[in-house]
Amino acid sequence: MFYREAGQFKTSYGRDMAVFPIAQDRIAIGLIVAIAFLAVPFMATEYFLSSIMVPTLILALAAIGLNILVGYCGQVSLGSGAFMAIGAYAAYNFAIRVPELPLLVTILLGGVVSAMVGIAFGIPSLRIKGFYLAVATLAAQFFFDWLFLRVGWFTNYTPSGSVNAPQLNVFGWIVNTPTEKYLFVLGVVCVLAVLAKNLVRGHVGRQWMAIRDMDIAAEIIGIRPMYAKLTAFAVSSFFVGVAGSLWAFVHLGSWEPLAFNIDRSFQLLFAVIIGGLGSIAGCFMGAAFMWILPIFLDIALPPLGELVGWKMDKATVSHFGFMIFGALIVFFLIVEPHGLARLWSIMKEKLRLWPFPY
Amino acid sequence: MSAPRTRTIGDTLLTVDRISLSFGGVKALTDVSFDIAKGEVRAIIGPNGAGKSSMLNCINGFYHPQQGSITYKSVKRSQMRPHEAAAQGIARTFQNIALFKGMSTLDNIMTGRNLRMKTGILAQALHFGPARAEEIEHRLAVERIIEFLEIEHIRKTPVGRLPYGLQKRVELGRALAAEPELLLLDEPMAGMNIEEKQDMCRFILDVNDEFGTTICLIEHDMGVVMDISDRVVVLDYGKKIGDGVPDEIKRNQTVIDAYLGVSH
Repeated sequence: MFYREAGQFKTSYGRDMAVFPIAQDRIAIGLIVAIAFLAVPFMATEYFLSSIMVPTLILALAAIGLNILVGYCGQVSLGSGAFMAIGAYAAYNFAIRVPELPLLVTILLGGVVSAMVGIAFGIPSLRIKGFYLAVATLAAQFFFDWLFLRVGWFTNYTPSGSVNAPQLNVFGWIVNTPTEKYLFVLGVVCVLAVLAKNLVRGHVGRQWMAIRDMDIAAEIIGIRPMYAKLTAFAVSSFFVGVAGSLWAFVHLGSWEPLAFNIDRSFQLLFAVIIGGLGSIAGCFMGAAFMWILPIFLDIALPPLGELVGWKMDKATVSHFGFMIFGALIVFFLIVEPHGLARLWSIMKEKLRLWPFPY
Repeated sequence: MSAPRTRTIGDTLLTVDRISLSFGGVKALTDVSFDIAKGEVRAIIGPNGAGKSSMLNCINGFYHPQQGSITYKSVKRSQMRPHEAAAQGIARTFQNIALFKGMSTLDNIMTGRNLRMKTGILAQALHFGPARAEEIEHRLAVERIIEFLEIEHIRKTPVGRLPYGLQKRVELGRALAAEPELLLLDEPMAGMNIEEKQDMCRFILDVNDEFGTTICLIEHDMGVVMDISDRVVVLDYGKKIGDGVPDEIKRNQTVIDAYLGVSH
């Protein structure tokens, strides 16, 4: 009833190309961003900000990166954890070896290094597809796990293999408290999400989708597969790399290669699939699902157990958490194989007609 | 009948010279030669498996013939990748529709403009200034095609959801968006009902008249072929068995035996 585009006419193609063509959507997204920046920092507890919001946002950024590759360009990757690690260790090395660089530049350079490695590991995609490509990217995962564990130079020869992030100094602003960290991450993620959206709705995004949907037809209308696939790998790895350096610097503070192992890759891939392949908004939903639901289950299960008179110990809670979480993933995929983003858009379609049946 | 069409058929645009193509032991094309003149509608006909689609695949660089050469715009070419052929102004549609199913009609046709879009990836990420201007400029061109093909109502519909006839039309639109000089149509009317066929004929002739696009089409509906094409090539088992204006082809005994048959 309230969600209609009736009466909203577009008089130029520029306005018709807007990300949110319906005014209600624009107001809603404006409100969400305003609440995220202005209200959440003051209302949320430190635990909520540093253990839920910051990691969810960073995972969403990494999921955007992976979605560009898997959802938009159709190239399966199981190596996103490795590219997060590359971003993190590259940023770390820039930070300790060239301390004059500002933090933002360091983090972006982490993304750039990750993008270059991404191009190198994208080359197999020119010849192989599907499962075979997934295996090739899996090789990247194992290779970089090994590299950062065994080659001391990358960790500055710290004996334990664990490294510490430098002080977070953003042009004089010392990012220290959970609130500051949250605002910093939120800012970076918002800017990069807008850039990602612009890319996927633009010319290069159409090339990626054309390659995804039918690579032969794409080539026949003049799209160079090499350019399209390698730009997808580069842009995707850039986003994942930036997310990795944020994860290490802002979320973890000190970390070892284990933080970016194959579990991280799967977590991201699940976030992308559950959120919705080929949707930027879906990445946020998927990341929230993957990060918040296990925490919620951990908190909610013991009281639920006591309701039926069952005192669960910590191990039981975590086992049950895994089982329920897994079952929910399967349930969501059966209900809507195209992810939460599709559920959301179906709901919006229904909302346009509500409360009338036609 | 409408007024006679005024159009000019110019010099040779493309020459196929003694092409042979085989896959392992199977000979798809043997020693085929013909030419396409600028501005004409050229049809390739023949029974199933005669090598018609293979011929188109050779022309747009998808297959590389083992022998013979193709001269396009008086440049003889050896090997060529499909995207290079596209860059030189050859566009095509497919027998089994090859649209990008997850994308809207508008986006599908916009991809047809991709060779003309030049802004870099950073400018596109910012979606500001030249990138935005370019996007709008090409949107205008695409909207003209959408209007021409009368598909305004499905502009934002994902093409996977469209009925067959409309998908064929969108595919034609995507090929036209490249503003090609040579348009290859592989069975543009297969599986259509009579109205859809009439529409498609009208679009093909309009493209030919208004934009002067040279058209080379494969089609099985003999009524259509004889009506709209200027010259016809007949293939059978990979060999050329006839070449000429429709009236000659209709009387050619070899062609009648191999393909047309006699009306009972």
